Amino acid sequence: MRGATHAKWAAGAVAVAVAAAGCGGGSGGGDGSGVVRSSWGDPQNPLEPANTNEVQGGKVLDMIFRGLKRYDPKTGEAKDMLAESIESKDSRNFTVKIKDGWTFGNGEAVTAKSFVDAWNYGAHLRNNQKNAYFFAYIEGYDKVHPEKGDATAETLSGLKVVDGRTFTVRLTQKFSTWPETLGYPAFAPLPKAFFDDRAGWLAKPVGNGPYAVRSYRKGSTMELRKWDGYKGEDKARNGGVDLNVYTDNNTAYTDLMAGNLDLVDDVPAAQLKNVRSDLGDRYINTPAGIIQTLAFPFYDRAWTKPGAEKVRRGLAMAIDREQITETIFRKTRTPAKDWTSPVLGEDGGYSDSVCGDACRYDPEQARKLVREGGGIPGGTLKISYNADTGSHKEWVDAVCNSINRALGNDRSCTGNPIGTFADFRSRASRQKLDGAWRAGWQMDYPLIQNFLEPNYFTDAPSNDGKYSDERFDKLVNEANAETDTVKAVGKFQDAEKILAEDMPAIPLWYQNGSAGYSDRVSDVALNQFSVPVYEQIKVD
Amino acid sequence: MGRYVIRRLLQMIPVFFGATLLIFLMVHVMGDPVAGLCGDRRCDPATAARLKREFGLDKPVWQQYATYMGNVFTGDFGTAFNGQKVTELMASAFPVTIRLTLVAVAFEIVIGITLGVLTGLRRGRPVDTTVLLLTLVVISVPTFVTGLLLQLLLGVEWNVIKPSVSPRATVDELLVPGLVLASVSLAYVTRLTRTSIAENRRADYVRTAVAKGLPRRRVITRHLLRNSLIPVVTFIGTDVGALMGGAIVTERIFNIHGVGYQLYQGILRQSTQTVVGFVTVLVLVFLAANLVVDLLYAVLDPRIRYA
Repeated sequence: MRGATHAKWAAGAVAVAVAAAGCGGGSGGGDGSGVVRSSWGDPQNPLEPANTNEVQGGKVLDMIFRGLKRYDPKTGEAKDMLAESIESKDSRNFTVKIKDGWTFGNGEAVTAKSFVDAWNYGAHLRNNQKNAYFFAYIEGYDKVHPEKGDATAETLSGLKVVDGRTFTVRLTQKFSTWPETLGYPAFAPLPKAFFDDRAGWLAKPVGNGPYAVRSYRKGSTMELRKWDGYKGEDKARNGGVDLNVYTDNNTAYTDLMAGNLDLVDDVPAAQLKNVRSDLGDRYINTPAGIIQTLAFPFYDRAWTKPGAEKVRRGLAMAIDREQITETIFRKTRTPAKDWTSPVLGEDGGYSDSVCGDACRYDPEQARKLVREGGGIPGGTLKISYNADTGSHKEWVDAVCNSINRALGNDRSCTGNPIGTFADFRSRASRQKLDGAWRAGWQMDYPLIQNFLEPNYFTDAPSNDGKYSDERFDKLVNEANAETDTVKAVGKFQDAEKILAEDMPAIPLWYQNGSAGYSDRVSDVALNQFSVPVYEQIKVD
Repeated sequence: MGRYVIRRLLQMIPVFFGATLLIFLMVHVMGDPVAGLCGDRRCDPATAARLKREFGLDKPVWQQYATYMGNVFTGDFGTAFNGQKVTELMASAFPVTIRLTLVAVAFEIVIGITLGVLTGLRRGRPVDTTVLLLTLVVISVPTFVTGLLLQLLLGVEWNVIKPSVSPRATVDELLVPGLVLASVSLAYVTRLTRTSIAENRRADYVRTAVAKGLPRRRVITRHLLRNSLIPVVTFIGTDVGALMGGAIVTERIFNIHGVGYQLYQGILRQSTQTVVGFVTVLVLVFLAANLVVDLLYAVLDPRIRYA
């Protein structure tokens, strides 16, 4: 997922202007009482559940849909929402029973068929759904979504409707924690109205969540209002939410200061300096399930030869994470200590000791290890990043400075900007990058499996560096087959220890979600996906 | 006159094709846009291949261009990556930007020409020097600084305006952004008018008019101003196109959902269809504005005749 963008010049100018004008807080406007006015960005894809893979569209889905499970905004635990029970004896065949009495905003009942149809739609190649891979564990996925050529089946053979409220799922392999993945919006049910008139539905989406869409002007505003027919416990505590699209998060911040906006869920980098004095405790900075790493090309011989792991380990020790997160990110990122995220919690598999010394700044040891490993291949480490969004240049330069200083050589590391994000991603995914590159991972669901398997399993979809290790793969497979959750997590952690030895990617830092809000609203929080928990917000 | 217009219209055809081809190629060399659609992860290859086929990205460039142009002539500007028709985007963006441009041009004409006449007639006096200095300041300060400063002062400090423009973007909301957008051109208009007026004041026909005993007001408006405005009209005419395309900075500062916003988003997401479509229309606007300017010459200056 991609964060919002900052224009550096504008940000700098705002900082200057704010300093000059001595920015003061505005008083909250009283119009439209009970409605939260929140900043928004234009969703990148059509607002279908299985097609939304970024935060802006995710915000809307989180308000208008409820799935079988929902992640507790505080603990991240997957709790039953529409699911009455999800049972399995063998971790492979699941029987899902849904609660009675739930309906969509248009009056249609939410049935087993609503789920099965939605999942079949999401998985089918024809529908171009970007989250189709979520259904890859369900049997028959290779028929409806083959790697090459056209689909040979219309529906997933692993899904069967038993009766109005029950359906069964058969997976391609054992996957004990599979039910816990079902809190992701891609698994939301869809009403019949969607299949009858997709264009009409997209113009004004109808779901089964605590809010209903009242009006939607694509690219500029969406008005959501509390839906009185909502069946869940987590009813909205405000009258509604108005989402307004901002091209530049600096403008949104200015609007917050002027009292025209209640919630900005992306505080611009240039404002982080003054955000405490501007907002006081109305600024929140909480961990999100995002980790940033430096990935290495294992398709390049120079990085797989014996000793290269020492070089990578040395480089990991040459990065002063504390200083960079403090000066550049102003503590909106936390130095990483493993390959997952603190939002998982200790029970979920997070550990602050897996990476150990390798993630601690130690220039002497770094120099020694790099020398022992035969030096940086080619003499210089190139770190590729996209220059168009996310102000990556600052931190890449800082990381390189840190490495150069630690190794005592000004040519050890250099940044390699690539013009656009799309071009950067296209090169990374086609193994066209040499040297290291910035890699980011935003979790799909709060499971340790989701941090490890897609990134480091042999030929996994996001394993751009083509890292491969038999021991790691074996442990991941064993962990997935493990029916006991605690044991499964333990196996994943064992697998993570192999990463600590091999250092296929250097952990940099965990990204936080940040938000600021006006004095008109209270009880504002961000969930682990850095999406505001809108239904809990109270408007004074 | 008619033949002149036809000749000019015919000249537009190669310019139009050249400009669109250039933009098309420029967007193309930015690389594969589909890879950017899946965030920091790899798009699943089957879906990526289907998307490419759907947007025609699997074909050679010349073929993509030919298909695109063919569609444009039937009024189909393609679909952006978020599933919206580009024509739909245009219908929401252009009215806003046109309003903003008109506000800006109105400022240029009213303030710019007034100040120009005033200073041109009072050359060397304190008024002249003051305005000259002010224009120098405006020209040298970049638009985004003026914009952000005004936004903070008027919007946050004094609470006179809202810092951002609502999606409806009514004319009164666009006054401040329009002034910001116009500021630099406004200074140029002032200076152009001033020089032109000062020069023509000593022209023979003005002296004749004064000698004939015409009232001062009539000398200035009918004789002096009409002739002095020719370079100014050229400038404003070409500026219309520049303002529409250049509104990208102002629109960003004030969160105006116009052409600049769509272009910015289009470039960021590498949506060829959006970028080429909007630029094509901007090219047409630019060409049309130039033609209108040339035709206006004949109206303003009876000595100019087109054959």
